[in-house]
Amino acid sequence: MATEFAFPDNAAKTEGAAQEFQTEKMSLAMGPSHPSTHGVLRLSLELDGEIVTSCDPVLGYLHRGDEKIAENMTYNQFVPYTDRLDYLAPLANNVAYALAVEKLAKLEVPARCQAIRVIVSELARVSAHLLGLGAYGIDVGAWSVFLYAFEEREKLYKLFEELTGARFTTSYTRIGGVARDVPEGWTGRVEAFCDQFLPILEEILSLLTRNKIFQDRTVDVGIISKADAIAYGLTGPNLRGSGVGLDLRKDRPYSGYDQYEFDVPVGSKGDCYDRYLCRGEEMRQSVRIIRQAIKKFPSGAWYNEEAKKIFAPQKAKVLSSMEELINNFMIVTEGPQMPAGEVYFEAEVPKGLLGFFIESKGGGVPYRMKIRSPSFCNLSILPKVCQGNLVSDVVSILGSLDFVMGECDR
Amino acid sequence: MTATADVTAALQSKFSQVTPRPSGDHPAINLPASEVLAVLKYLRDELAYDFLVDITAVDWGVEATPRFTVIWHLLSTTDHQYVRLAMDCASNSEPVAPTATGLWPAANWHERETYDLLGVKFAEHPDLRRILMWDGYPYHPLRKDFPLAGIEVPLPDIEVADLTGASAKPAPMMGGPFVASTGEMNLTDAEPRAKDESWTEFREKPASE
Repeated sequence: MATEFAFPDNAAKTEGAAQEFQTEKMSLAMGPSHPSTHGVLRLSLELDGEIVTSCDPVLGYLHRGDEKIAENMTYNQFVPYTDRLDYLAPLANNVAYALAVEKLAKLEVPARCQAIRVIVSELARVSAHLLGLGAYGIDVGAWSVFLYAFEEREKLYKLFEELTGARFTTSYTRIGGVARDVPEGWTGRVEAFCDQFLPILEEILSLLTRNKIFQDRTVDVGIISKADAIAYGLTGPNLRGSGVGLDLRKDRPYSGYDQYEFDVPVGSKGDCYDRYLCRGEEMRQSVRIIRQAIKKFPSGAWYNEEAKKIFAPQKAKVLSSMEELINNFMIVTEGPQMPAGEVYFEAEVPKGLLGFFIESKGGGVPYRMKIRSPSFCNLSILPKVCQGNLVSDVVSILGSLDFVMGECDR
Repeated sequence: MTATADVTAALQSKFSQVTPRPSGDHPAINLPASEVLAVLKYLRDELAYDFLVDITAVDWGVEATPRFTVIWHLLSTTDHQYVRLAMDCASNSEPVAPTATGLWPAANWHERETYDLLGVKFAEHPDLRRILMWDGYPYHPLRKDFPLAGIEVPLPDIEVADLTGASAKPAPMMGGPFVASTGEMNLTDAEPRAKDESWTEFREKPASE
């Protein structure tokens, strides 16, 4: 015979408890040195249990006053500072900055220089996305992705070192050209990298794409609608993950991007998983672009030879010709001479649109330079997208937005 | 209607106080504060400039009038054209601009940054706090009268400041960015040196103004 159990009235009990105990919201400071905030971002969270009820990002821990510094030095002197914006893709920043100043000077660089810039930008994109994926893997509990990704990054760093002399802070571009021509056989080694990289990329992505745990952490988490993505000024893979196919390499081609065939991946839902998929596909497309650029790699000058008051002459000429010596001295001390005016230029860097607004009164120093950093804009949606999610989902969302504080705080 | 290269003419026919602005690249206009919001809304809804790229300001120097100019950049995600809007602030001491947060949530952080670094206030902004410098920081560092090295201020954390007696000191500028001065001057003055104050252990920094 079944025993009859008498259960206490749960609803009444809860009500009684609610009267006895006051529940209140908890505030939690996540960061500034939290592994998932990828640098020094602090999120001031307000929690109801484990649900985020409000999120207030606190920035500025890495603010160095780059814009103020830019007003106080010549255009070429600022190139090393651009390395330190998105320090995961310094080459892409170098290129974006050089293009912005060249736009002010109304300067065109020769085809070879353009091709070099495209190759290094795309290599930088691969390297930045690899780190983005690796770090995202760790954020959601997949360690091994990081190790595979870093092995590939190491190979890229070897290529960067051979080209620029530095692994990390490359400072490779100059106004009107690049610091030096590609070394003998370098393009061949880039191609060899691409050949071995594609199968490894598939391997890396296969660790995540069909991974049940990864999908549980990312699918339908942190959904950003198309309208929101535009309204909040998201750019790069975060915008494209939400289904907006804006890619300035395609839409406003610069540096000869129009000669290359590539596809712009867009997401369908705008969740963390879509943003991840976009980054994965962008790496494949970058390899495609690099291969085409190497195939068509033009010969000729790698800097603008007409820009005598802008691009510093070669060392051998400086040592043998009086005029070139004077020229070199003037460019180093007074800076490359620019016309007055204002320009705005944005380039598609790995994190999104990196823009430079330059207000010039002429001469070698910008009067005002505003840096529009993609990470800054991408993070501004956090208060909206984090609200109503679990704390553990905040980690997933942060990783999927793939930001860099060096660029955000400037 | 779509974004056109002739956006300046389209705006001028619609808004009487809009004037073309010299620009090195994209179409640019000058407009008064009273028309900013109407023009932004018109650009967004009628001319497909649906993407707010950037808001910033320029400080033209302590003696200049108008001293501050606020600048907006918009992009069309369908036609991929930019447009630049510029508005001179009426007051040099208390510059104010209208807020675009009602049109684009993205404006929120851009306006906070502009307020933080240049001290331009955005009227009716819902949350005009500093964003890069800490709350309670007394200066606006991107203004032209603010020195590159910085000005000594107390640490943001009062407890730490009391305990250690430390403060946020200006950066020593020796070895800093070297820039030659241009114009009529003797060779010694024109020599490349740190453009802002340069002081060393032998030459004391002058007391901050």
